[in-house]
Amino acid sequence: MIRLEKRTAPSRFWTYAAPLLAVVLTMVCGALLFAALGNDPFVTIRTIFWDPLFSEFSWYYRPQLLIKAAPLVLIAIGLSFGFRAGVWNIGAEGQYILGAICGAAVGLAFYPTESVFIFPLMIVAGALGGWAWAMIPGFLRVRFGTNEILVSLMLVYVAQNLLASMALGALRNPDASGFPGSRNLARYPSATSWINEGAGLHWGVVFAFIAVIFAYITLSRHIFGFHVRLSGQSPRAARFAGVNPGLLVLICMGISGALAGLAGLFEVAGPSGLISIDFNAGYGFTAIIVAFLGRLHPVGILLAAGLMALTYIGGEIAQSNLRLPAAAIQLLQGMLLFFLLAVDVLTHYRVRFTSRRVV
Amino acid sequence: MDLSAINPILLLASLMVAATPILLAAIGELVVERAGVLNLGVEGMMITGAVCGFIATITLGSSVLGFAGAALGGALLALVFGILTQVLLSNQVATGLALTLFGLGLAALLGQGYIGIKAPVIPKWPVPVLSDIPVIGPILFNHDPVVYLGILIVAAVWFFLSFTRAGLILRAVGENHDAAHALGYHVIRVRLLAIMFGGACAGLGGAYLSLVRVPQWTEGLTAGAGWIALAIVVFASWRPWRLLLGAYLFGGVTVLQLNLQAAGLAVPVAYLSMAPYLATILVLVMMRAGRAPGSLAQPFHASR
Repeated sequence: MIRLEKRTAPSRFWTYAAPLLAVVLTMVCGALLFAALGNDPFVTIRTIFWDPLFSEFSWYYRPQLLIKAAPLVLIAIGLSFGFRAGVWNIGAEGQYILGAICGAAVGLAFYPTESVFIFPLMIVAGALGGWAWAMIPGFLRVRFGTNEILVSLMLVYVAQNLLASMALGALRNPDASGFPGSRNLARYPSATSWINEGAGLHWGVVFAFIAVIFAYITLSRHIFGFHVRLSGQSPRAARFAGVNPGLLVLICMGISGALAGLAGLFEVAGPSGLISIDFNAGYGFTAIIVAFLGRLHPVGILLAAGLMALTYIGGEIAQSNLRLPAAAIQLLQGMLLFFLLAVDVLTHYRVRFTSRRVV
Repeated sequence: MDLSAINPILLLASLMVAATPILLAAIGELVVERAGVLNLGVEGMMITGAVCGFIATITLGSSVLGFAGAALGGALLALVFGILTQVLLSNQVATGLALTLFGLGLAALLGQGYIGIKAPVIPKWPVPVLSDIPVIGPILFNHDPVVYLGILIVAAVWFFLSFTRAGLILRAVGENHDAAHALGYHVIRVRLLAIMFGGACAGLGGAYLSLVRVPQWTEGLTAGAGWIALAIVVFASWRPWRLLLGAYLFGGVTVLQLNLQAAGLAVPVAYLSMAPYLATILVLVMMRAGRAPGSLAQPFHASR
């Protein structure tokens, strides 16, 4: 009979091997799923995981990987602080939308003036927008003890409605003769986040790398990172160590909100270009998978975001070349998270095979 | 704007209908949480139930079988959550979120061939005599059978938790799983059953959306109803009858908002659509939540 025995310390081997095992299991189950949908499983898996990197058209897909991975890294890095401390900000999608709206509003307010100060101002506005939206659940949790999971999630739906009203109302392009959506910021030189569009390089990519380094140093070298980890593992011990739990909640919420807001701003001023009803592509939710897949570790998140971006790009190729339904990719991503959570048991528990007896 | 176009009796009657999907999902989650498990995947189970119910109704040609299929689909998806959290001891918050993401993808994939088809109309079952009472009759006693079923389930759950031995065991498991284990109760078995009941109820709620409220299949049709259901459980302090009150409150806000849209209130539609979500936040803030079950969201491992 199989029995689980708690390890005294998490297994070092499985800490690294578990995500890889989860990816392999996802590929196997994904292949079965694709076969069930009537696609050739090997061709589909190769199209999703191999072609974006090494096929003859990879010169086109590789920059796309950077574009997709940058917002995921930014958001997931922010979320990892909160998730480590037991602060569950699930509404990054809303903070992402608000960052985009605030940043774009500043940029559009200056149109058509050209100045080097416009883009930095937009960055500040985007970060502040996301920060402020995240402060609502943070403040309500600290002051009234409300559940930040539910409040941050409700605010996603509020943000989506706000986005709709902005795209149709206040921020609508006055020259577009009634079409919804704002002016295209990517075609406004002072407000675009592109550095080199052909190489897929925009300021979001730069900020993503900065965020990874910043998070790595903070979490492993700074007392704040220690407090974050301590609060997650033992809230009582953290209080004895002099951590102010309310302040920690606000800071974690603030970091994740500001980074999600930045991700939204860079997206709207570059790859997406304009505020439209559905410019947000669900990065805020996928970033949750990325954060867990990367084990809430900055470098892990970087790798996980790369993998997620791969499934996005590969999924798009499979969609157009093999007629694979878009939902199949979403299912694949959900499966990945499931397997990851399932194999995590090997990190914290030892599997023992014993003879059956009364327990 | 023409407020006289809003008929208060019709408003209250449609409130009961609007509240039913949230009520069904919430009463299932209430049982799950009383057993000490936090399943944040209600939204995913609801939308899976919605699509399963719709497919079963169209292919089998029966609404009853449709709702049964929805309950089965929701329960099976919940079982995945149960195995992950109870047997493989994964984090309940993360697994619940995964369940939602997975459920949304699964539902979109399953429902591909069913977009644009209309569901058959489910006839109303007016309660004899009672439905003829003026005002109260049309509000309370002239609905489709699922509305009554929702209220019946609430009553049954209340009776089960308060007056039966099995209900007492379930509450014991939720309050202190170590003590319940020491007394010889099968903590994991009780929790798995509770989780599957929760999934079945969420599935029924989802099917009510796709078969009665909308009534057709569109992607993302639950639009956060599962999360609102989770909020109502907190609002109700884990007590069945207060759950009913909470669900009607939110049904009321939803219906009023829709009626104001139809009446042409001078506020953009997008802002009115925010109302149910903002109301949820407001209620979460104003209500001092009661004490949560002692072992809520704690992993259980019978170690020696």
